Amino acid sequence: MAVIESSQDIVQSQSPWREAARAFRQSWAGMLGIFILILVILFTFVGPFFYPVDPFEIIWAPLTPPGATERAPLGTDYLGRDILAGLIHGGPATLYVGLVAGIITITIGILVGAFAGFYRGMVDEFLMRITEFFQVLPALLFAMVLVTLFTPTIYVVSLAIGIVSWPTTARLTRAEFLRIRNLEYVNAARSIGAKNRRIIWRVILPNALAPLIVAATLTVGIAILFEAGLSFLGLGDPNMFSWGLMIGAGREYILDGWWVVTLPGFMIFLTVLGFSLVGDGLNDAFNPKLRER
Amino acid sequence: MTMTLMVARRLLHAFLLILAVLVLNFLLIHIAPGDPADVIAGEMGGATEEMLADIRKTYGLDKPVYVQLGVYLTRALQGDLGQSFFYNAPVLDLVAGRAGPTILLVATALLFAVFVGTMLGVLASHKPKGIVSGLVTVVSVIGYSAPIFWTGMMLVILFAWVYPIFPIANMYDITRGGGFFDRVVDILYHLVLPALTLGIVYLAQYARLTRASMLEILGSDYIRTARAKGVAEVKVYGHHALRNAILPVVTIAGLQFGSIISGAVLVETVFSWPGLGTLAFESILARDYPTILGILFFSSLLVIAANLITDLVYRLVDPRIRTGG
Amino acid sequence: MAAILSIKDLVVDFKTRAGNARVLNEISLELESGEILGIVGESGCGKSMTALSIMGLVPSPPGKITNGSISLDGEDLVQASTARMRQVRGGIISMIFQEPMTSLNPVFRVGDQIAECVLLHEDISKADAWARAVEMLTKVGIPEPEIRARAYPHELSGGMRQRVMIAMALSCRPRILIADEPTTALDVTVQAQIFDLLNDLQRETGTAIIMITHDMGAIAELADRVAVMYAGHIIESGKTEDILTNPQHPYTRGLIACVPHLEENPTEDRPYLSEIKGVVPSLTELGKGCAFAPRCPYKTPICEEERPHIEAVDKTHSVACYNVKYVVAV
Repeated sequence: MAVIESSQDIVQSQSPWREAARAFRQSWAGMLGIFILILVILFTFVGPFFYPVDPFEIIWAPLTPPGATERAPLGTDYLGRDILAGLIHGGPATLYVGLVAGIITITIGILVGAFAGFYRGMVDEFLMRITEFFQVLPALLFAMVLVTLFTPTIYVVSLAIGIVSWPTTARLTRAEFLRIRNLEYVNAARSIGAKNRRIIWRVILPNALAPLIVAATLTVGIAILFEAGLSFLGLGDPNMFSWGLMIGAGREYILDGWWVVTLPGFMIFLTVLGFSLVGDGLNDAFNPKLRER
Repeated sequence: MTMTLMVARRLLHAFLLILAVLVLNFLLIHIAPGDPADVIAGEMGGATEEMLADIRKTYGLDKPVYVQLGVYLTRALQGDLGQSFFYNAPVLDLVAGRAGPTILLVATALLFAVFVGTMLGVLASHKPKGIVSGLVTVVSVIGYSAPIFWTGMMLVILFAWVYPIFPIANMYDITRGGGFFDRVVDILYHLVLPALTLGIVYLAQYARLTRASMLEILGSDYIRTARAKGVAEVKVYGHHALRNAILPVVTIAGLQFGSIISGAVLVETVFSWPGLGTLAFESILARDYPTILGILFFSSLLVIAANLITDLVYRLVDPRIRTGG
Repeated sequence: MAAILSIKDLVVDFKTRAGNARVLNEISLELESGEILGIVGESGCGKSMTALSIMGLVPSPPGKITNGSISLDGEDLVQASTARMRQVRGGIISMIFQEPMTSLNPVFRVGDQIAECVLLHEDISKADAWARAVEMLTKVGIPEPEIRARAYPHELSGGMRQRVMIAMALSCRPRILIADEPTTALDVTVQAQIFDLLNDLQRETGTAIIMITHDMGAIAELADRVAVMYAGHIIESGKTEDILTNPQHPYTRGLIACVPHLEENPTEDRPYLSEIKGVVPSLTELGKGCAFAPRCPYKTPICEEERPHIEAVDKTHSVACYNVKYVVAV
């Protein structure tokens, strides 16, 4: 029995993904990040069942500080709406924008980076010029222009964030493809007649995944920050209740009531912190050499 | 010879990028829903039919698209970025008037972040498990995760109520008289909080980066050589290792210039700093498209210029690039 | 002749996760002024650590000199202050390293790197230090030294860089030069040039050289005396001629046999290319016996019980082995 168990251990430790998962569980940053994200998700998805208050409803005097009344434990905003209800109901929209914008960013980035790194030459030159061009435009200003020109719905906001943030991912993917494309196993695949498409998506991409997963995690966090920034400037979707919207609406009242902006800002901070820490943990897990430091 | 050629190529490259940004602006006007003339006039400009007709004539909007592009580019390259109907002023004047404060804010924050960041990074690398090192890690993770306007607001709250020692809004006190020197001091005094807010995020990142590259460099062969010829530890860190450790910081600082400008937009809005960011914010509220597009164009110019400068600085600090071509 | 450097019972320990590794175990060595002393052994036997100990550059933590002394003209360097060690390094004892490609700082001109060494140890103007740098480059046979002094390391070939390292090491006229595998990373033809250069400079300046290498051929050509190291111990030492023609320790015999040769009739005893079977043991797992015993073809029961001490065979030749007579007889 003991012998069989130990042989399983050997098989397990040979898989790099299992190895990374084990390393991730040992990284305090990664585990803390997971813990924070679980808390945030529980708070915003399970919270409504325990605290069924409409965040749009005016329930008390405007700008009531936290703890002043039982009806609004975390106080009210400038219209007299319940802050706690806002925090609970504002989560899904923010997370949704973060995830969708993150997916758009990563998809464009991987497509551009993979083709540039794989085909090199003219294709690379052309795609990198475009990437460089997008990096010249200050991302937030560009997103502001896009959202202003079109209607600020949750989809336009996600798309705008995706359009302005993909260059970093593209550069990373390209670097990985340039590194891997000349390795032995890629040549081996080519020598048995594999098509380019197969080599790109089935041979090179899986081997470039580790840094891309780290980047994707961080990208979701950055997208959430972006959404918050746009909302702060009044460019969020006015029909979706989000933390960003609370911040944008309460911005002018910070000196009248610190809680109006501080609390939703803190929720955003916590969420992004969760993603950043998970990203750090994944980075440690995928780079055993750095773990010693 | 090669140096002039290099500079010429860089400048041409920069010029093409500027053209590309103008083409993008042109496309944005035309992709946006509605009549381009309406877009140019700005939704809240209260444009009359007469004005719209005027705009159509100036920009040749009844002609084919490529002619319109030609007109737009020619006008833009002559410095005509259009007219803001909301402010009733040429966009170029508006943008030029607000560029100074933004450049002051961004440059201060960036220099502060680079210098203090590298210094902290060197200190942290001396004791990788010490207090400075831990602080750098914590601040960089927090700074990376907190919305920059939120950090700014925290500082506003802190310095409005708890320690009211720094001004929390505007660039100078209009009620205060005094000469030029007093005004400069007053501006610097008002600059403290915005620059700190904008700089601290990057400061922590640069410190972390410096620490990582210092740790790698300190284990390298040429540091051993330096020690073997009797160089004191202070100089090993501050001269032999640091000169190499700043290279990645210069690269990253250059790459991040665009994102620093993005951050500045938010920070300016928090602290009512009269720069391009507040102008952008005001013109978005007014749906003043020519001004917004003008700001996008001008801030891209700043990024292009910053990239050129970074390139030159990198050539100065890394001899391998200088002669390697 | 009097010894300028004498190492007595030097012990260096490294704390590792696997336990305490005794990297150097009661090393004793003497270096006489003006001689070339060779230290040979496989990778990881403690050659480089001996050099770093003399320079006071044992990486700490995890390393530590736990016992013994290194005396330079009677002054114990193990006890010396950091300020004093800075004067010694580069001024009295210099060192050149295995990797010329990475041993020079990439962002400084080579002339400045040499001049820095001079400025650190002599009261001299910057211009004079630069002149000295150019002079040293001339000495080590670099053509157009004024131009090369202004070059950056990446503009020079590996052989050139090693010449720059030698120029830097000798720029303050040190009394001792430690050369840690100075040619391992270079092409064979360049190796010969560097060895010739070291030989010439040694004759000209009278600097004593500690030559660390695993190349018995280089030792045969250059060294006056040889110390053979194995797993942190010195297991044999003596005049080069004696060691090469009359090796006593089975490990030394193995090392000499390992030098490829092209005799016409290879035999069972002397094939074209021979090897020492097995590998150097992990330093955390050394037993109480002779470190070489697991690989030794002549091992007897006592070899695994107690470590042999180094003892004189004759006036200049000593060895740490119980079975010297038996080995010699074979």
